[in-house]
Amino acid sequence: MADALLQIGGLTKRFGGVVAADAITLDIPGGEFHAVIGPNGAGKTTLVGLLAGEIAPQGGTIRFDGRDIARLAVFRRCRLGLARSFQITSLFREFSALDNVALAVQAHAGHSFRFWSDARREAALREPAQAALARVGLAARAGVRVDRLSHGEHRELEIAMALATGPRLLLLDEPMAGMGPEESARMVDMLRALKGGITILLIEHDMETVFALADRITVLVYGRVIASGDPAAIRADAAVREAYLGENEGSAQ
Amino acid sequence: MLYFIEQCLNGIQLGMLLFLLAAGLTLIFGIMDLVNLAHGSLYMLGAYFAATFAALTGSFVLGAIMALAASLATGMVLEIIAIRPLYGRSHLDHVLGTFGLLLFFNELVRLIWGPAGMTLSLPSEMLSAVEIIPGVFYPVYRLVIILVTLAVAALLYLLVMRTRLGMLIRAGASNREMVGALGVNIKLLYTLVFGLGAALAGFAGLMQAPILTVQIGMGENILILAFVVIIIGGIGSIRGAFVAAIIVGLIDTLGRAFLPDMLRSVLSNNVAITLAPALSSMLIYMLMAGVLVFRPEGLFPAASK
Amino acid sequence: MTARGDPLLNPLRVAWLNPRAALVAVLLAVLGLIPLYAALTGDTFAITLFTRVLIMALAAVSLDLIMGYGGMVSFGHAAYLGIGGYAVGILWKEGFASGFVQWPVAIGVAALFALVVGALSLRTRGVYFIMITLAFAQMAYYVAIGLERYGGDDGLTIRTRSQFGGLIDLNNRTLFYYLCFVILLMSIYLVSRIVNSRFGLVIQGSRSNERRMRAIGFPTFRYKLVCFVIAGALCGLAGALLANHTNFISPSMMYWTRSGDLMVMVVLGGMGTPFGPLIGTVTFLLLEEVLSRVTEYPGLVLGPALLLVAIYLHGGIAGLLEGRRNG
Repeated sequence: MADALLQIGGLTKRFGGVVAADAITLDIPGGEFHAVIGPNGAGKTTLVGLLAGEIAPQGGTIRFDGRDIARLAVFRRCRLGLARSFQITSLFREFSALDNVALAVQAHAGHSFRFWSDARREAALREPAQAALARVGLAARAGVRVDRLSHGEHRELEIAMALATGPRLLLLDEPMAGMGPEESARMVDMLRALKGGITILLIEHDMETVFALADRITVLVYGRVIASGDPAAIRADAAVREAYLGENEGSAQ
Repeated sequence: MLYFIEQCLNGIQLGMLLFLLAAGLTLIFGIMDLVNLAHGSLYMLGAYFAATFAALTGSFVLGAIMALAASLATGMVLEIIAIRPLYGRSHLDHVLGTFGLLLFFNELVRLIWGPAGMTLSLPSEMLSAVEIIPGVFYPVYRLVIILVTLAVAALLYLLVMRTRLGMLIRAGASNREMVGALGVNIKLLYTLVFGLGAALAGFAGLMQAPILTVQIGMGENILILAFVVIIIGGIGSIRGAFVAAIIVGLIDTLGRAFLPDMLRSVLSNNVAITLAPALSSMLIYMLMAGVLVFRPEGLFPAASK
Repeated sequence: MTARGDPLLNPLRVAWLNPRAALVAVLLAVLGLIPLYAALTGDTFAITLFTRVLIMALAAVSLDLIMGYGGMVSFGHAAYLGIGGYAVGILWKEGFASGFVQWPVAIGVAALFALVVGALSLRTRGVYFIMITLAFAQMAYYVAIGLERYGGDDGLTIRTRSQFGGLIDLNNRTLFYYLCFVILLMSIYLVSRIVNSRFGLVIQGSRSNERRMRAIGFPTFRYKLVCFVIAGALCGLAGALLANHTNFISPSMMYWTRSGDLMVMVVLGGMGTPFGPLIGTVTFLLLEEVLSRVTEYPGLVLGPALLLVAIYLHGGIAGLLEGRRNG
């Protein structure tokens, strides 16, 4: 696919004897909402690590907007427009929600070698941060310290931070992990609202969510891509059914 | 050439002492994740105990044995009273707490034994030198240090590799939480490990007492060297501590012995005289810096996480 | 309210009625009046003691910048005291008695050393970082011992304090005291501005969650390095002041236990707060002084006291005052 925003080619990673990523090939065009699903141990976390830059691949390529990023440091990838959220919440706990997001804004608002002015008074940082919080429904909680927010709010904040970096591709790692049904439904609505405007690569566990949101789905089992296509095709795919047999009744119907 | 061999032996001997200290430190750090600045104090106590007991009993060997037991006991008591509350804390808390212990012990020693330091004399058999290779005479006692420490190293190896306690130690060094989850009596394990470390430190202290020093604050200088050793060797690894200790001992000793002359041959005499001592002391730190840059986990890292 | 990291509490907007602020106000007032007290009672020792307190507090402020706000536990900070001091001493010995030359050099060389140490050490973390900074400080210590020309192990007596050509006579104890006081206050203010600036937020964020900082696009290494250099430079200034104060420099200024003392001063007063380092320094040095008069063995009390602080007082003394809200 010539114009794909993200082109993954033959991406491979081994940990000792375990092949966590086995020649993964995947193209994601701009604007697409793409989901990667797979049972536990499928290598989803490794894939996220490889794309984000925390893990170095042993083989294969990753091209973002035509540019080879396989060897780029984590922070550089974010600067190019590849933002990620963490599966296990990773925030600045002693700071307020607004501070958290404002930092994400700050990372992309020029350099930070400014030593004198109070950064918490910089409208150029606070306003976009407030807007990002509003987008995920956290506007009212802007001034609350992160360690006083609920788990669901943490997950929403994760996404707000990723959004605040002004990304071209959002890499969301199980954003609904640990959320209750009501909160999950809210998150699904939020993600649906983001759809189309920004390219999204969603790593997910839950079939229902994925089928509700994704334009295309890739199924990963033991590090290999066993199927990739639109939801209907995936639903009908025999290999996928086999992989999920007993894992998730009802949702593939 | 003969001088070179002698200096190599001295370097190995220093390395052996460093190993004893480093082994304890690395065990304690590897298993309990504790940075222990008071380790040098245990080294100092070992020397003082030995000097005292040797004077009391009139026998160096008897004094040494008693000092070893006293070091072990002191270590275990210290662990129970003062060290336990520090587990799980930040390393900064460890540094502060054990720094306090270091100050305390220096003062305690001054209170009990006075500020002047002590001497510990060797039994007469050990005072002579032995011809180990034709032309090279080396003091018997220094040889004893090397051989005894090698024996201790071997025992330690057996302990760690072949006993149940050792298995727990190895498991603990690479995955602390797991050992706890396995239902092992962690508290007892920790006390034993700390005691073992204290005994090793005390042993090093008492061994070097006759040839080097028994004085307040003696633990501090060598403690830093021991830290350098475990960083180079890899935290948590006894094998690493052994190899690194020998390397550090050799580099330090040979550096001090030969660097001044080497410098003198390339630089002017005055400059060489000024630079040499500083440079020799710096050598090990430069080595450590190098290791940290190229291989931060150390030469033989033990921890898998 | 705890000042540390709390976004709603900017140190520049401290609520003036809380106990901590009261303590600080009283402390500053007392410090301001020490020379007056000394003049009235003839007790010059008070000035000597408190000048030292002010200078060490400056060093503690610089350490708090990297340790309290940046989470970089440097165990080699005393090296910068020594470097600053030696810059003054060496320049004096070589005929450069002017403070206008000595002090910038002190700051500059300290900054340079911090740059090199930081560039190497900041690649590591945790206990490795602690140990490598310790080792570098020991290197500096040994280099100083090797400097025979400047006293080596015995140290060097500096007969003339830094000359500022009529601007200020550092030999005047009172003047020198107030100079140190002003420098300290200015530094506290400077640091408080830095930590709330864009740069400071990056530093604080890196302490809080460095992985996250990188994930949102910050090249954290270069910011931490700059912070490390700033702290080193500031401590170098403290070193220059110290050399003037004691008219003496020696390698022991850099011995690692001095770095330990500095860490204690920072933690004792409450890390990551504007006046914490000052509170901690006052407490520690006064305690040391009082203990050494009361007993021949001050370490017997100080040692366990430190241990107890480490075990029970996470937030230092400041934490006590605020009822340890954050544990």
